[in-house]
Amino acid sequence: MRPTFSIILFTVLSGAGYGLLFLCGLGMAIDGLPANDSAPLLVGGLLVSVGLMASVGHLGKPMRAWRAFSQWRSSWLSREGIAALATYVPLVVLLSLWFPCRGNCVWLSLRIPACLLLAAGCVVTVFCTANIYACLKPIRAWNNAYTLPLYLLLGLYSGAMLLLTLDWPPVHSGAYDARMQWLWLATAIIIAPSCALLKWRYWQWLDTRAVTPDAGSATGLDRIGSVQSFEQPHTEENYLTHEMGFVLARKHSRRLRRIAFWLILLAPLAVFALGWLIGWPAAWLALALGMTGIFVERWLFFAEAKHAVMAYYGR
Amino acid sequence: MTSLPPPTAKKLGLVIDLDTCVGCHACAVACKEWNDDGDFGPLLDKEPYGKEPSGVWFNRVHSYAVEQDATHGASRELTVHFPRSCLHCETPDCVTVCPTGASYKRAEDGIVLVDADKCIGCQLCSWACPYGAREFSMERGTMQKCTLCVDRIYNETLDEEDRQPACVMACPTRARHFGDLGDENSAISKLVAERDGYALMPEYGYQPVNRYLPPRPRRDGCNATPETKVAHEEQLDREKLPGVLRWLDRALSR
Repeated sequence: MRPTFSIILFTVLSGAGYGLLFLCGLGMAIDGLPANDSAPLLVGGLLVSVGLMASVGHLGKPMRAWRAFSQWRSSWLSREGIAALATYVPLVVLLSLWFPCRGNCVWLSLRIPACLLLAAGCVVTVFCTANIYACLKPIRAWNNAYTLPLYLLLGLYSGAMLLLTLDWPPVHSGAYDARMQWLWLATAIIIAPSCALLKWRYWQWLDTRAVTPDAGSATGLDRIGSVQSFEQPHTEENYLTHEMGFVLARKHSRRLRRIAFWLILLAPLAVFALGWLIGWPAAWLALALGMTGIFVERWLFFAEAKHAVMAYYGR
Repeated sequence: MTSLPPPTAKKLGLVIDLDTCVGCHACAVACKEWNDDGDFGPLLDKEPYGKEPSGVWFNRVHSYAVEQDATHGASRELTVHFPRSCLHCETPDCVTVCPTGASYKRAEDGIVLVDADKCIGCQLCSWACPYGAREFSMERGTMQKCTLCVDRIYNETLDEEDRQPACVMACPTRARHFGDLGDENSAISKLVAERDGYALMPEYGYQPVNRYLPPRPRRDGCNATPETKVAHEEQLDREKLPGVLRWLDRALSR
């Protein structure tokens, strides 16, 4: 599949944004983050919004995007749109609580429910995003049991890395102290190997077990003999060969997989190792490394995927 | 509504005879011509006379060399031309993944269509189709696909014999047949039963309606499956021949 930049941007940025907002929601609910810590909320909201805008930019008719909210009964894309929109509600509530309360403070009682709703909305939205791809049967690289856990884990991973970076050095006092910093770092360090190893298992599965049709099974002519395509239906590229016949990634996949694997695995450890020496810039460095790893991973997720229709073209 | 309608009794579709198709692309060209002017057109092209022309076609004709293994008689290579278009599946994901309701399956006859006024051009339906039936129009920004010439087959301004898809009308070898595959007694269903017509890639569970008729066994036994293999040694009952031919047979058999 052609790795369209807008789609990669959408899945990576919205995944990171929802991961961050999920941790904010949980953290604020258990007083792990101060309620007035709006920077992560703003950054999370911004990332999610940029990601969603990128996905709208990918559409052939962006002005009609509102129509996508109608088919939630059958379509994961529609469900994702609704979940994404709904998640803005608790986010806006939490951000509005930032303003000092005067007189009637009944709004403050909304804080805990809003935190929990925010966390739940983030999980549901990323769940839907992953299923947009996981439900596509002709693309074996997506239509499998690895897609969903990887989207959720990588979202959480990038969220933890972001939170670590945004709240470093510890600027808060009182309820929040530097020990929370360690919690986020520990979260990232624990999730990193899970992401990297699961991804590695997925690549092994993709290389050995993912069966895609060939010209014989696609045409049904394998009942007669072995089938070779000797003439294409068209001399130039068409939409299908342009969109679904992307070969470059599979050529370089070994090297790129190693890059993604090690970047994702080692980025949070870099904070651990370098944090002592250079202080807070270590977190930014780790964030840059980790996000680069996720971009490479996501590029491969799209670019390596083989679409069944290419079997008709003998590719 | 992109939820699928309840199973339709009427299943309009095509049957394509791989035995007689000569790969002339007349179906593809006739389709392009009709649909460019039809209710769902135009089928715009990018650089139609330029260096790298591209555009939407609903019909693509592939050509394959099929080499038979020893179990199917003498090893020989067959040329099989293979027109590929929408199969108007009974339970297709291209309909259910659509977020807007633009992609839909008609309850009355099972035809799968795209409402160009609702399509947002997310292209998810084309990703969900393993048969490559849908092509996105970069020029229009919406998805396009075979309509089974729904604007011909019910068109009362046309003569009754012309109410068939353009591809079927154009085929010079009558390799394409149109009809109701939901009706066991229709001519097209009988043809499928007689010739062992098959569905493409049933493993996806989309239940294609269109059927493909495999190439017939050749007289030399090539391309025969064990069941259809023609006996090589023909039997001749000499006694039934008229006198002159009986003499000729005896003379030639010496």
